[in-house]
Amino acid sequence: MKNGGVVGVPVPRKEGHDKVTGQALYVDDMVLPGMLHGATVRSRIPRGKVKKITFGPGIAWHEFVIVSAKDIPGKNCIALIEEDQPCLAEDMVRHPEEPLLLLAHPDRHLLPKAVEAVSVEYEALPAIFTIEESERHSGIIWGTDNTFKTIPIEKGDVDSVWQQADFIVEGTYTTGAQEQLYIENNGMIASFDAQSGLTVWGSLQCPYYVHKALMKLCGLPADRVRVIQMETGGAFGGKEDYPSMIAAHAALLAIKSGKPVKIVYDRLEDMAATTKRHPSRTRHRTAVSKDGKILGGEIEFTIDGGAYETLSPVVLSRGAIHAGGPYYWPSVRIRAKAVATNAPPHGAFRGFGAPQSLFALERHMDRIAQAVQLSPIEIRRRNFLKPGQTTTTGQIVREPIDLDKLLDEALEFSGYQAKKRKFAIENRQQSYKKGIGIAAFLHGAGFTGSGERYLASQVGLEICGDGRARVLVSSTEFGQGTKTVLCQIAAEALGLGYEDVETARPDTHEVPNSGPTVASRTVMVVGKLVQSAAIGIKQTLTSSGLLGDSYSPAEFRAACRTYVATRGQLRSFAQYEPPEDVVWDDEKYRGSAYAAFSWAVYVAEVAVDLTTYSVSVDDFVAVQEVGRVLNPVLAKGQIMGGVAQAIGFALFEKVIWEKGRMQNGQMTNYIMPTSADLPPIRVYFEELGNVHGAYGAKGLGEMPMDGPAPAIVNAVADALGVRFDSVPLLPEDIFDALAARSSMETPSSAREGPRQNQ
Amino acid sequence: MRANPADYELVAPGNLPDVLSLLAKEPGAWLPIAGGTDVMVLYAAGKLPARKLVSIWNLPELRRIEVLPAEVHVGGACTYTDLQEHVIIRREFPLLCLAGSWTGGIANQNRGTIGGNIANASPAGDSLPPLLAYEADLLLVSARGERRVPYRSFHIGYRKTQLGPDELIRAVCLPRQFSKYYAYVRKVGTRNAQAIAKVSLAALALINDGANNHRTNDDPANNRGVIEDVRLAMGSVAPVPLRLAATEKILKGKRVDSQLVRLAGQAAASEILPIDDIRSTARYRTAVAANLVAEFLQRLSAAG
Amino acid sequence: MTDSSRGRAKSKISFRLNGKLVTVETYPMARLLDVLRLELGLTGTKEGCGEGECGSCSVLMNGMLVNSCLIPVLQAKDADILTIEGLPSDGRLQKLQQAFLDCGGAQCGICTPGMILAAHHLLSKNPQPTMEQIREGLAGNLCRCTGYVQIFEAVAKAARRERQHESESR
Repeated sequence: MKNGGVVGVPVPRKEGHDKVTGQALYVDDMVLPGMLHGATVRSRIPRGKVKKITFGPGIAWHEFVIVSAKDIPGKNCIALIEEDQPCLAEDMVRHPEEPLLLLAHPDRHLLPKAVEAVSVEYEALPAIFTIEESERHSGIIWGTDNTFKTIPIEKGDVDSVWQQADFIVEGTYTTGAQEQLYIENNGMIASFDAQSGLTVWGSLQCPYYVHKALMKLCGLPADRVRVIQMETGGAFGGKEDYPSMIAAHAALLAIKSGKPVKIVYDRLEDMAATTKRHPSRTRHRTAVSKDGKILGGEIEFTIDGGAYETLSPVVLSRGAIHAGGPYYWPSVRIRAKAVATNAPPHGAFRGFGAPQSLFALERHMDRIAQAVQLSPIEIRRRNFLKPGQTTTTGQIVREPIDLDKLLDEALEFSGYQAKKRKFAIENRQQSYKKGIGIAAFLHGAGFTGSGERYLASQVGLEICGDGRARVLVSSTEFGQGTKTVLCQIAAEALGLGYEDVETARPDTHEVPNSGPTVASRTVMVVGKLVQSAAIGIKQTLTSSGLLGDSYSPAEFRAACRTYVATRGQLRSFAQYEPPEDVVWDDEKYRGSAYAAFSWAVYVAEVAVDLTTYSVSVDDFVAVQEVGRVLNPVLAKGQIMGGVAQAIGFALFEKVIWEKGRMQNGQMTNYIMPTSADLPPIRVYFEELGNVHGAYGAKGLGEMPMDGPAPAIVNAVADALGVRFDSVPLLPEDIFDALAARSSMETPSSAREGPRQNQ
Repeated sequence: MRANPADYELVAPGNLPDVLSLLAKEPGAWLPIAGGTDVMVLYAAGKLPARKLVSIWNLPELRRIEVLPAEVHVGGACTYTDLQEHVIIRREFPLLCLAGSWTGGIANQNRGTIGGNIANASPAGDSLPPLLAYEADLLLVSARGERRVPYRSFHIGYRKTQLGPDELIRAVCLPRQFSKYYAYVRKVGTRNAQAIAKVSLAALALINDGANNHRTNDDPANNRGVIEDVRLAMGSVAPVPLRLAATEKILKGKRVDSQLVRLAGQAAASEILPIDDIRSTARYRTAVAANLVAEFLQRLSAAG
Repeated sequence: MTDSSRGRAKSKISFRLNGKLVTVETYPMARLLDVLRLELGLTGTKEGCGEGECGSCSVLMNGMLVNSCLIPVLQAKDADILTIEGLPSDGRLQKLQQAFLDCGGAQCGICTPGMILAAHHLLSKNPQPTMEQIREGLAGNLCRCTGYVQIFEAVAKAARRERQHESESR
């Protein structure tokens, strides 16, 4: 078989033409005959018992379809890991914006007033809004102890390291909630009829998650629920689980009314009511030798899950496993927990727990550096994982990764040393201070541990009558390049041209379940299955004598056409088989957490304006080892976009909470970076290949979220000589810290050795 | 979109006299809408109290810039783009031009109007501190006639102005006397573009350059470097855009040195009334206000 | 003269849309964005925020870039409106659209129509912009996917190709 040369080439985006001409169809672009519009009546209090619901005057209520929990045919829940989250609240509300009732009407302009006219009387109950209140059990709001999940990770003998330590370094680090802020708000259209059942179309990442949730909610069998993904305008995890909720709402209205129903949120509703990144608090206590080696440590990692469990156990898992970063820990005790508060449930957002725990770790490494009086560079060199060593979960690093080399490259491309020298001089003037900071990290690709085994993903490849191929996956495109890269893989594997392969629409009636489009798994895991399915197709053709060992694309297509004409359907399916060398113990949380890690070192250069206390990121270098780059333009785009989002996480994006409700739910007041706020982002790839991924590719979609925040905050600390342990870091926070320093307040932590201001 | 268009009236008479007679017939019943960059946001959020609107977008009498010998009259319906494209505005009123260039993105600059910015009366309005610094007057027009009011006394409280219910801002009168002034304007927003101001400063100062062309009869050399005139106007630090009269008093007649800079910063900090809100804190605003004044004075001094 | 009951009714409003005269019968306060999408069926223009912050609803009105979510349709009367659907000519992609494809300027695509119109507007006023001018010219269009770099590269590429094309056709 001839080398196709499709993989590794920047072929144009499969659906790009439609996107640049405005022809791509997103859910709000679709209108069905007789369609109604739906809206949601939501709780205005954080916690309480529902006493009475009144439909106010001035509304022609008889024209509206009204749905309450009583109308739910199946179980009133959004089935995910647990089934604790109701689709519609009945007796109790547990967070502001919790859905209570649904309304539908042919004229969407009549809905806002109708929603306002529904008044709900509550018996308000005490509510909890912070991690501290939740863990203190100042009230129990979920389960028996407000705790969704705990994860203990233990390696070596931590208790013995403290006596040998020359330094014991402590720190507490926090990260705030972050809104995914996809530019297309959540939306769904549902249609129901007695014969074919329920169909939903929408903006979503995981058709089969929605499918499973609707089956349970509506009491329908699998073949009478159909979920179809429309073009999706950004997701970032924010459309991993939430779409099940909005689909459920549209479905209930469609079932009750007998008409198609569209629900599309406006920005205010989407921001206030849907998921955000879990806020976190990480406490580090680390034993360090005088030559800067980590002897062991304790890491306490806690995330705020909001009012219901949803995905919190999985976010916790990834955060806990990444908490030790790319370093060798001879011993470590990680205690991770996810706790409940009365806020709308938090959910998936690119990185999924790792940006939180890695922020803490990479800030902490700079703190350790200072305590031991080594540079941030040196402290990392002395602790980098090397092939053959084990991670915090005891996974042996089998990849030939050379983190020193990655670091050297990052330092070289960023001009780190020269800049450090230059800034030392430049910073003598008064109007601004410049600094440079680094972060080193890793990101596991695919579902954690036994997750991929549990998913048992299936992929299909179908040959059409004209000899072209169709990839059958439930993996969705939402900007990251799913369609393009899977077609590249299929084309390369089959020996076809890129233009001869397409993907089927993610429609649960048409495609098998290749797992959710999350966890940076699509290219690596699903792509590998596409490769396998392609091999299946080729085997069928060669064993039927229609194809030789080497062939041109035209010959391949001719063979396909002959096969289909004479033998009928030509399809191949591949199912995930867990690799034998990836063994994970779910009970003890030990073993190989991921089939592969991608590795990175990022460098941020900042200038702090002392007139306004604002931080500008002047240059950003991102160096990562990702196995294999299958599409250079798309891969670069993923890293740059992720870095931009992470700059937002670090410096701009603050959710203002008031009793569990987001107060700044408009784009005017929730600040994401514009083009004027971002630096040139310079991206470099290393490729070591990997046996587990398609053509050696590992995951890269989420990793750019992990490094920028700590690199930037490290840079700001470098510039100002003041410690910052929280993101987002706003000019107001910098001002407060500088003002505190100049009024001689002493920072804490006497145990760090020589007292210094970082 | 939380408003029902069916509940609203919008009329566009297309000429000023007809608009004014409508406003006179039912004072307070009709809300003028120009470019809509404020009104339409409220409307879409379901928070616009008015139900009847009259369009003044592109009214020829309101969308023109008249250059007179001693003044420039900028029509109330001139957009920020109109301002930035006008040679005289760019040359003689750079603070207004710059403020226009950072009000929203280009799409909003193409529609937002100076009259709208003034009438909306947010203390964070980008064009407002420059208008205070330039000591603009407003021409307010109604069916009853026209009156001229100093902009300085136009705001009477948080989002409250002297504009009568039947009046429109016909023009902003800018005195052409600032060509020799050093001009400074800076907006501190939540980000570098498309941001609402957290603090802003528009400042003008005239320094005695030692030449023999000022009103004073003293030996010019004695007054070289002295601040002859200074105007400091700030946004987002009080319920209304604010002239820092007390700080100006401290500066007038003095030379810039580090002590004066310090005193001026302190005076500015005491003169303003910032609050904590969704965008920032009072203590941050106070500190940055003082810093902006200091920065202005340092640059003034460096410019010689 | 205004009859307040008539003012609340629908009325016929005409304007030129992508070069053709159209007439809609609608409320004067209907947003131009909604008229384009719902009454005229041109869904290429998108709603991202409804407050004039994200630029996804950008169209050209009389050659000016505007946010259509902030324009009551009555104010578009007799105007010349250009939407993304009005851009390609003869079925060929314009240089800008092709450059977006070549450089990765579109990821999820929701900001893309507005972004392309903003770039089109920029290049029509400044055919050879610097990178800084591109950055400023597009600052009113938010993109959550790309980090903007590949969008700017696309605009710069389109400008270069236009310059080459011009010098070749001399």
